[in-house]
Formats: sequence, C-alpha cells, structure tokens
Amino acid sequence: MEFFKIRKDIPFMRYALVFNVISLLTFLLAVFFLATNGLHYSIEFTGGTVIELAYDHSAEIQKVRGALEKAGYADTSVQNFGSSRDVLIRMPLKSGQSSADLSKKVMETLSAEDKSVQLRRVEFVGPQVGRELAENGALALVVVCLGIMAYLALRFEWRFAVAAIIANLHDVIIILGCFALFQWEFSLPVLAAVLAVLGYSVNESVVIADRVRENFRKMRKAPVTQIIDNAITSTISRTIITHGSTQAMVLSMLLFGGAALHNFALALTIGILFGIYSSVLVMAPIVKWLGVSREQFVVAPKKDKQEAVV
Amino acid sequence: MNRYPLWIYIIVACALVLGFTYTLPNFFGESPAVQVSSIKATVKVDSALLARVEEALKAANVVSQGTFLDPNSVKVRLADTDTQLKAKDILSQSLNPDRDNPSYIVALNLLSSSPTWLSAINALPMYLGLDLRGGVHFLLQVDMKAALTKRLENLSGDIRTQLRDKTLRHSGISREANAIVIKFRDADTRAKARKVLEDNQSDLAFTEQDLAADEFRLTATIKPEAVKRTQESALKQNITTLHNRINELGVSEPIIQQQGADRVVVQLPGVQDTAKAKEILGRTATLEIRMVDEENSNPATLVAAQQGQVPFGTELYTERGGSPLLVKKQVVLTGDRLTDAQPGFDSQTREPSVNMTLDGPGARIFKDVTRDNVGKRMAILLIEKGKGEVVTAPVIRSEIGGGRVQISGRMSTTEATDVALLLRAGSLAAPMEIIEERTVGPSLGADNISKGFHSTLWGFIAIAVFMSMYYVLFGLISVLALSSNLLLLVALLSMLQATLTLPGIAAIALTLGMAIDANVLINERIREEIRNGATPQAAIHAGYERAFGTILDSNVTTLIAGLALLVFGSGPIRGFAVVHVLGILTSLFSSVVISRAVVNLSYGSRRRLEKLAIGNTSWK
Repeated sequence: MEFFKIRKDIPFMRYALVFNVISLLTFLLAVFFLATNGLHYSIEFTGGTVIELAYDHSAEIQKVRGALEKAGYADTSVQNFGSSRDVLIRMPLKSGQSSADLSKKVMETLSAEDKSVQLRRVEFVGPQVGRELAENGALALVVVCLGIMAYLALRFEWRFAVAAIIANLHDVIIILGCFALFQWEFSLPVLAAVLAVLGYSVNESVVIADRVRENFRKMRKAPVTQIIDNAITSTISRTIITHGSTQAMVLSMLLFGGAALHNFALALTIGILFGIYSSVLVMAPIVKWLGVSREQFVVAPKKDKQEAVV
Repeated sequence: MNRYPLWIYIIVACALVLGFTYTLPNFFGESPAVQVSSIKATVKVDSALLARVEEALKAANVVSQGTFLDPNSVKVRLADTDTQLKAKDILSQSLNPDRDNPSYIVALNLLSSSPTWLSAINALPMYLGLDLRGGVHFLLQVDMKAALTKRLENLSGDIRTQLRDKTLRHSGISREANAIVIKFRDADTRAKARKVLEDNQSDLAFTEQDLAADEFRLTATIKPEAVKRTQESALKQNITTLHNRINELGVSEPIIQQQGADRVVVQLPGVQDTAKAKEILGRTATLEIRMVDEENSNPATLVAAQQGQVPFGTELYTERGGSPLLVKKQVVLTGDRLTDAQPGFDSQTREPSVNMTLDGPGARIFKDVTRDNVGKRMAILLIEKGKGEVVTAPVIRSEIGGGRVQISGRMSTTEATDVALLLRAGSLAAPMEIIEERTVGPSLGADNISKGFHSTLWGFIAIAVFMSMYYVLFGLISVLALSSNLLLLVALLSMLQATLTLPGIAAIALTLGMAIDANVLINERIREEIRNGATPQAAIHAGYERAFGTILDSNVTTLIAGLALLVFGSGPIRGFAVVHVLGILTSLFSSVVISRAVVNLSYGSRRRLEKLAIGNTSWK
C-alpha cells in the first residue's frame, strides 16, 4: 500500500505568504476570543466544589436545581455529565463554608428528593491552591518553550529554534482560542494536553529541520526554496501517517474515554491537526525569512563522511 | 551489515523477559484479604501476632489462602468476600477483647493474587491512584503563623519567669505581632535583663529601643533558624498526630506525606465516609497530668471502684499492664504546656527515660506540685474522644523545676520511644485547614479503569491494523516494537510502584500513539532508500541509521516538555507526566533497538535479498 506517490516537489514556498496570512488571521481570531470570552476555567484553577452524582434513572436536572436553590445554594451550575443519569454540580467558593459540610448537606438535600442518588465524586479546591496551579502551569509553559528552543538552537540553528517555537506557540494559542470560543472547560488535564502537544508538534518541526539540513549538504546547487520544498515533500507521507496514528489513539480516547478524558482528547485533536499545518506551513516560511542558508550547515569535514554513506 | 553483536540480542531478550515478568502480576488481579496492624505504638506486629491470627482463624474453621507478615501488618488472603467479612469479625473479636480499647486495626484489604514467587521478587501490580480505586484525598495546610504565635506565647511566659527569678523589675511583657516587647523603667535594668535572657534564650534575638525618658524597650524576635525549626517540628508533630488518628479509621494503606514547607497530603484509599474521615482528622486529643489518689488507693477501694463505686472526686483508669488506678479529677497540667517530649537516658542510672519540656507557666506549676507531693504518684493521661488512658504513672522523687521533666524506671528503650511519641502526638502543634479534597466513589474508579483500558485497546488495534497493512512485514515488526513498548512501560510502572491515575492511562495511550512515529520514520526512510536504488540490506541499514538522529531529536524535545510537566505539575498533571516521561524512554529503546533486532534476525543473515516486504516501493 502506498498513499503518497509524489514525484515532483510540491511548491509549498510559493504560497508561503498566503498561508502565513491565514495563520496570522486564525491566530488573531484566537487571541480575540481569548480576550473577549476568556477561558472557562475548571474549579482546579478558580477554587470551588464539584460534586458528581449518579441516579439509577435519567436525572431531572430542573428538579435538582430547584432543590438546591430551595436549600439556599444560589450560584450553582447543574448539568448532565457523560450520560443522562450522571449529574455534575459546580459550586463557587464561599468564605466561611467548609467543604466537609457542603458535600454532606447537598447529599442530604438531594436524597430527600430522590433516594436513588449516589455520590460519585467530590472535588474541593481552596483559593490558594488554584492560584498556585495557574502560576505553575504558566511557568511550565515558559520552561518548555525555553528548553525546546535551547535544544534546537544547539542541535540545529537558532533560526530553526525561533521558527519552531513561533509555529508551536501559534498552535497553543489556537487550542486555547478554541476552548475560549466554545467555552469548553479548561482543566488540569487539558493543560497537560496543551504542553504535551507543544512537545509533540515540535517533533514535526524537527523532522523537517533535519531534512533541510540534510538537503543543504546533499543538494549543493539547489536554491533555498527548493531545498525546503523538497524537505517537506519527502517527509509529508511520514507526517500524515504519524499524525494519523496518534490521532487514531486520541480519537479512541474521545470515543471510549468518557467524560473525564473528553476535553483532554479534544485539546489533543486540535493540537495534532494544527501541528501538521503549523510545522509545514508556518515554520518553514519563517525559517526562510529569517535567512537560513547553506553556509550555516555545511561546515567542516563531517559533510564528506555523510556523502560517503550514500 | 545488518547483524547485531550477540550482547545486544541478549539485552533485548533480558529486557523482554524482565518486562514480561513484572507485567505479569497485573493479570492476576487481586483477591480479598484482611489486614491486621497495630493501633498503638507500644503494640508490635511480629511473628507472635501471626501465630495468634492463624490460630484464631483455625479455631473458627476459616480457611485462609495464606498468611503474610510484613513490617507493619499481618495480611490474610481469603477465597471470597464472604469469608473475608467472616474472618474480619473473628479477628477483631479475638484480637481486641476490649471493644472500647482496641489494640489492633482489622481492615479489609485487597491483596495481589499473583503466585508467591512473583511477590518474592517484588513483582507487584501497578499501584492505582485514588481516581481508579476510589477513596479520599485531602491536602491540608498547617497554619504556621499560629504555630509561631504559640511558640511566642510560650517564650514570653519563660521570659516572665526568668526575670522574676533574677528579681529584675519590668513594667510589662507583651506579644506584638511577631515579637515580644518587654518594657523597663531604666536602661540599667534593661542591660542586666538582656544579659540574663541572652544567656538563657538561644532562640531569641534582642534589640533595644528608647521611647521616652522612662520607657526603655527590649524587643525579642525569634531567630530565623529557630523559626524554621519551630515550623518543621510543628509540621512533623501534626503528621505524627494524623498518623495516629487515621490508624483508627482502619484504612489499609493510608498515605500521609509532607508536601512543600507547610502542607500535608492525606490519601485514604477505599474510604467512602468522608464526613467521618474529616471529623477524625480535625479532632484534638489532649494530654493531662493529674495526681493519683493515694489516700483512697487500697485493694478494697480499688475492687469497689471496679464494681462501680468510685470514691468522690476521683476517676478509675486502667494502667498499662492492667492494674486499676484511682486518679483525682483535678487536672494539674494539660498538654498545651508540653513543648516537647524525647526519649533519652537517665544521667545517673543509665535507664531509658522520656524527657519532657514544659513551657514557662507549666514549669512553674509543675515545680509547685512536685514540691508538695514528693513520694506520691502522678498520672500522665492521654484523653481522646472523652476516653482516657494512663500512659504512665511514675513516683515523684524530688521537686522538679526548670520545666524539664524526666520519666524513668521500668521502661525499655522501645517503650520510652513510644511513650515520647504518644506524648508528642497527642495533639496538633498548629491548626490545619483542608484546602483541597477529592473523593472518588468505587464505582467511578472501576468505570475509569475500563474507560482508560478501552481507549488504549481500540487505539492500539487501529494503529496495529493500519501499520501491518501499510508496511506489511515491517509494519508487523513495528507493531511488535509497539507492543514491547507497552510491555516495558507497564513493567516499569509496576516495578517503580508509581501511582497510576486516569491521566496516567491517557498518557500510556498518547505515548503509544506518539511512539509509532519512530517506526514510521524508519519505514519511510527504508522505502525511500529502496526507491533511490539502494540494495535491500543497504536500505535497512541506511534507514535505521539516518532515522535515528531525527528520532533522538524529536524524543528529546518531547522529553523536555514531559520533564517540565513533572517538575511544575501537581495532582493529575504529575500522574500524566510520570507515565509520559517513562514512556518516551521505553519507546526509544523499543522502536529503535528492539525493532532493529527483529529486522536483523529475519533479514540480516540472508545474502541474496531481492525484495523487502515493506509495501509498494516500485514507483519512481
């Protein structure tokens, strides 16, 4: 089986400007949604209480909401979670109220209405923990970016490092933009997914950068544009198959993983799709405009050794 | 050219055998068990207890599937949950004859049902996190400010006593924020006082201020290193107290750990009654020192008291060892006055002892009481839930001043250590607040396991089918490498006993999805080499050689992200990161070394190789 019988290099670079404009627009759109809608943070970041309940028949959300309002819990959000039998109650932090009493009282209120209710999960996060998690998350993002840039600059060239990080941060912003637009819940596992995507889609840039370096050594007379086009074309089948395989795994998580893994898988899906796009069509043009050239790679005797293997 | 030296094959074989062995326990599942552990620091778990457990079960005709002794508990494996419940009842009856004062915790537990030879080489199933097995997780914050305030209060009491002893007149001692302010009327007294205090209070730093003609201040602050020491000991004491309290809940494997400078993590797997758990965590136990009622203590009154006729103004307690004791109701001192208790040795007799330190006011009271009661007995009681236990009831030999109290006589070194622990652990050093709580019901835990398992399974099948169709034999080899990656990852997780959570399972799935990248890179490279006219053997060689650099680079960048998650992440993120990082390491080995070993074995020795089964490469 062979999907990609591409005989000539695809002239990606010719349309580089178009792609970059598209990228810029999506990027700005994502920033716009982040700025206007903001992220819908989970209680892990904001602090608060989440109670997950299970009924043995489909739950009547309105009744649950009514019962809670009557008991004096005003600011609660009640919704189905995963299936029609499961209910998720979110409650904001209230000063002077301990989590111990809260979950107990809620359960008492609700089991008075319906005996079949069962407590599945309680999560309470105090305000100080939330702030710390947000800070640590931001710190992790910065460290990942710096670490990856340093490594790429060391192994390749600073131009690749800069281009790769711009391309991948663009992915991260777009994932966050999607979460802001649709108001999906941004939780800790989603943050983990975003950072994993950052590491993962750098892979893509590395593979292409690797080919560009090799091509500079092999294709001695070719212009930079052709070298980049060739690098992308010859790795495109690998790019799509790899991402397809990873996506198959993520899709399986999306389908079978249930509500707990849903947003995690969603973040990965967006990340993987944009990862292909950004490494191929964002990173490569930036590298070119930063002025990558043969001299930066063809140094020293190592070149001859490489040629000998072929 | 495509042959590995023998040692690489041996390494691969060893890794796979080890991987298989350590993955094995995960397939056997767990069987019901009863766990017996000690509730009191003075009651040891040893082979005698093991014998007692076996005997009790034998007497009641309960067939056990094996009994095991480990440092902290005796575990009995049982055939089913009915026998488990029966065995639990039998054991708690026979081991704890006095229901109100149990010595052992008898808890239901699960025990890995893998064969003993696996347990003998420490091959255990993966350690499941609370979100997979159900239970409670608390993060408690210790109020360090309160701990310091308490210490300052104690110190200002000490200062008051010391100044009085030296007859140095002051016009007031008060605690202001983080300092103790002592006012004097003249600079001369202040200088003398400072000298005295500096000699006696090594934890305090002093500064002088002149406010008015007749107001000379001496401000004492706790030195930074003493602040640190106070906070550390407060945290340590709180952890010890929590340990003692949680033991009563009958949790089989509680985790109580320090996190950061001022936090404690408590994890109670299997506990569902969070309200009770919280109540127990928040409870305060108190230490009381009272006098033994010697006047009324003769055999006749003791027997009468045991039958319910307790003399007025006294209470009946049972001493360690079982003899009854009449103790006055009047409390001499409470545990609030105790600042420390350490095991040690008597300086003269070299007998093991417990050295307690009392705070200033406590020391004064103790001095007065001991002076008036030489030759009499004093009882030290630990009161919990309104129920008291006499820890020890020593005879007062002489007046004891200075707040340093030594209890010695008829104690072994171990007993001294345990009593010190009990005294220290009686109460919390500083208040704590629950700042994070997670409760997961057991049904949700089981759901999470099956969801995580199914996502991984179906994703794996999809990749396997595609790879073997697209790359034919090389695809199959890639799938083989991917399976061995999964095997090694699970083995590694079982070996390290790292906590597996739902995000951890997601990380297994994601890592597998990403790991296939390496094999795709290799296979694509081999195809490309063949298309460019290389011979099959050369193509394999070049394919692996050239792809390796790329694979390494891309794995290092992913590893950087994983490590950052590990360092900065907490809770669910950490569970994800641990598996992710380990997975990257195993995938490097399996996708490069193991797949190459298989390729070398199947192709390496063939001299005339016309074609590789790697799919269509004939187009140009």
